[in-house]
Amino acid sequence: MTNNLYIKLGAIAAVTALAVLAFTPLSEKVSLGLDLKGGVHLVLGVQTDDALRLESETTSEQLKQAAADQGITITTAPALTEFSVTGVPSDRDQQFRALADSATSLSYDRTSGGNGSYTFTMRPNVVVQTRSEAVTQAIQTIERRVNELGVAEPNIAEYGNSGDQIMVQLPGLQDVARAKQIIRSTAILEWKLVEAGPLSDRAALLQPHGGTVPAEMEVVPGVDDSGVPAFYLLRRIAAVTGRDLRNARPTVDEYNTPAVSFTLNSEGVSKFSRATAASVGRQMAIVLDGRVQSAPVIESAITTAEARITGRFTQQEVRDLSLVLRSGALPASLTYLEEREVGPSLGADSIRAGVTSSIAGLAMVTMFMLLYYRLAGLNAFVSIVLNLVILLGFMAYLGAVMTLPGIAGFVLTIAMGVDSNVLIFERIREELTGSRSAKQAVTAAFNRVLITIIDTHVCSLIAAAFLFQFGTGPIRGFATTLFFGLVTNVFTAVFVSRTIFELILSRRPVGSARLSI
Amino acid sequence: MRIFDNPNFDFIRWRWHALALSVLIILAGLATVVARGGLPLGVDFTGGTVVVLQFNQPVNEDAVRNALGSRAADAVVQRFGAVEQNQMMIRLPLGAGEASLDAVSTAVEQSLRAGGVGEFTVINRDVVSATIGSDLRGKAIWATITAIGGILAYIAFRFRFSFAIGAVAATFHDILVTLVFLTWFGYDLSLNVVAAILTIAGYSVNDTVVVFDRVRETQRLARKEGLESVVNRAVNQTLSRTVITAGTTLLAVIALFLFGGDVLRGFAFTMIVGIIAGTYSTVFIASAVAILLSGRSAVAPAAQVDGRRRAKA
Repeated sequence: MTNNLYIKLGAIAAVTALAVLAFTPLSEKVSLGLDLKGGVHLVLGVQTDDALRLESETTSEQLKQAAADQGITITTAPALTEFSVTGVPSDRDQQFRALADSATSLSYDRTSGGNGSYTFTMRPNVVVQTRSEAVTQAIQTIERRVNELGVAEPNIAEYGNSGDQIMVQLPGLQDVARAKQIIRSTAILEWKLVEAGPLSDRAALLQPHGGTVPAEMEVVPGVDDSGVPAFYLLRRIAAVTGRDLRNARPTVDEYNTPAVSFTLNSEGVSKFSRATAASVGRQMAIVLDGRVQSAPVIESAITTAEARITGRFTQQEVRDLSLVLRSGALPASLTYLEEREVGPSLGADSIRAGVTSSIAGLAMVTMFMLLYYRLAGLNAFVSIVLNLVILLGFMAYLGAVMTLPGIAGFVLTIAMGVDSNVLIFERIREELTGSRSAKQAVTAAFNRVLITIIDTHVCSLIAAAFLFQFGTGPIRGFATTLFFGLVTNVFTAVFVSRTIFELILSRRPVGSARLSI
Repeated sequence: MRIFDNPNFDFIRWRWHALALSVLIILAGLATVVARGGLPLGVDFTGGTVVVLQFNQPVNEDAVRNALGSRAADAVVQRFGAVEQNQMMIRLPLGAGEASLDAVSTAVEQSLRAGGVGEFTVINRDVVSATIGSDLRGKAIWATITAIGGILAYIAFRFRFSFAIGAVAATFHDILVTLVFLTWFGYDLSLNVVAAILTIAGYSVNDTVVVFDRVRETQRLARKEGLESVVNRAVNQTLSRTVITAGTTLLAVIALFLFGGDVLRGFAFTMIVGIIAGTYSTVFIASAVAILLSGRSAVAPAAQVDGRRRAKA
């Protein structure tokens, strides 16, 4: 053997050792996809319009408040990305404009409709930013909730190209229905003063106001003290909201029924005491996601940070409600767009099926190669097995996730490995008929076939790359194995296979034409 | 051992027959597709619900169908896996005006529990909304087109443009034939099947490139020979490689078909059809189109020089 050959064998041994090192122990280094270990994959759509509406509502409300502070009474009508202002007195117009400039000019463009009316339109960049912030906030909120659920290795990320979708992957989850409920509950908690109600008849509630909802108020559904569905007429602006919450945890009330106890932060306490001091003897409604949970009477001004929400909750509901309140409200409502749930038993079946088909494929292919190419078939076997080993090492090193289509990618890698070997072996046979020595034939064949192998592999790599780009979840696993399978195949089919031939030939007399192929 | 000893078949002579056969299959498939009102798209692309249930006792399709009640009309009920596994797959289209995405699957579970078909657990549930379905549809079409475009560009760069067209024609042929057979054998187009189709695209071109590469090499050695005879010789010279590779790849994919379980069956079936179609198109379609586009019996000296320069580079 020449020194050159030793170096090559050493390189192969080193690469193999590195690969084996990368994927051992297998159970720790190669992570399985949801389709193999079981779990749930969800795609949620964020209704980013909600965030826009909230933004224009808040800004118009702030402007109205600021104008009121200056003694200017205006009427505002917020829409999705704009709001209109009417009723600016002509003698205060100058002052209002100055006020509006300082309050809104960063985010809104103002156009005058004449006669004391204005339209404020949200700037396009602000619209985009508000939408993307809503998605980011939703992701953070979902992360907090999922962490509280105690799911190991969750994966939560923005999804797709539309910019308003979120993917949530929860491996090994058992109670999917509960998790889904917790993830999407908006958890908007508000305390609002009750103006009238509860009444079971909506029309009767509005009777004193001439059948229409007054501008400052809103009608909210809920239940009355005895649990019968009823309507409340509430003050529109919340006295305190869930943003002022510091903590929430399950507890029981004086009747020993489940309740949620919460702690307010200092700002919440001061807001709460201001609102309650002014309204002793009236009812304060606790509104969760647009439904009145309860409406206790304010006995005295509340100045402590501790409070409690009671309602008709089960223990489970109380636990879940505390969880979502702790994790904060979602900036916009969410809808489920895709749900894929794989039970652990099906995942285990799939692993078994994948491994069986890989071994069966390898066995059948090897048998054929040994029959057809005799000893050279063994060479093919060695290079294919090495290919699989290095590929697995690559996957582990890159932290790629193994999916069922990914296993199919392994089976295809076997096929591609054989393809390159067949290409080479057929060429060697052809070169051997040209009455050359075995060594010359092997060298000529490898040199010539290398170009073909590169051309064919580049074509398949292009297909794999686009597949990866398009791919979701499992398909991505397939594209990844296919891609790196192709890369490692060039190494094993060309370099490893050639070295083995050289090793065999180095034990033969120079010029021998004998080669078992 | 050898399959072919110095094969010398006149493939080019048979190219019109081969083209006619392919066109016939594709047209017949097209007729089937039109007759059934479109390609058999799975829930991945149309939106809808698929649940796989694991029953605790033996169960048959009719019992499940009966228990579904009014929903049975739209439902596809199929056994999943082996008979002794007692698994059933139920597929339903998107519910119109349902309150939430999982309403259909919840309703199915409820009516089955009420229907007395026995205890079961849900082992797999896929619910896809119309939004995601059309997203994935768009992505699949886009991925296929861009992948083929990329391959075309590469072959045009490495060989010449008429060869690229030939390879792409062969690839489209393989994709179409595969779609036809999927329709005939009642497989739905799912994400996995699209992955298989893209793999077939890569494989088919792979196969074709081996022949083209040989054409380029032979052209350089035999400058006076007409393109038709060079191509024919190249196809013959690479014939044993083409057949053996197809055979071994088929072995691997058949293993996947037999042992890969129901989840991968559509994928494996697509690969099997695609490999057979790909091998056929490599021998008959790709070169025929390349010759047609190069002009009859053109020696195309420019391409020879071009080929040699590229080969050295």
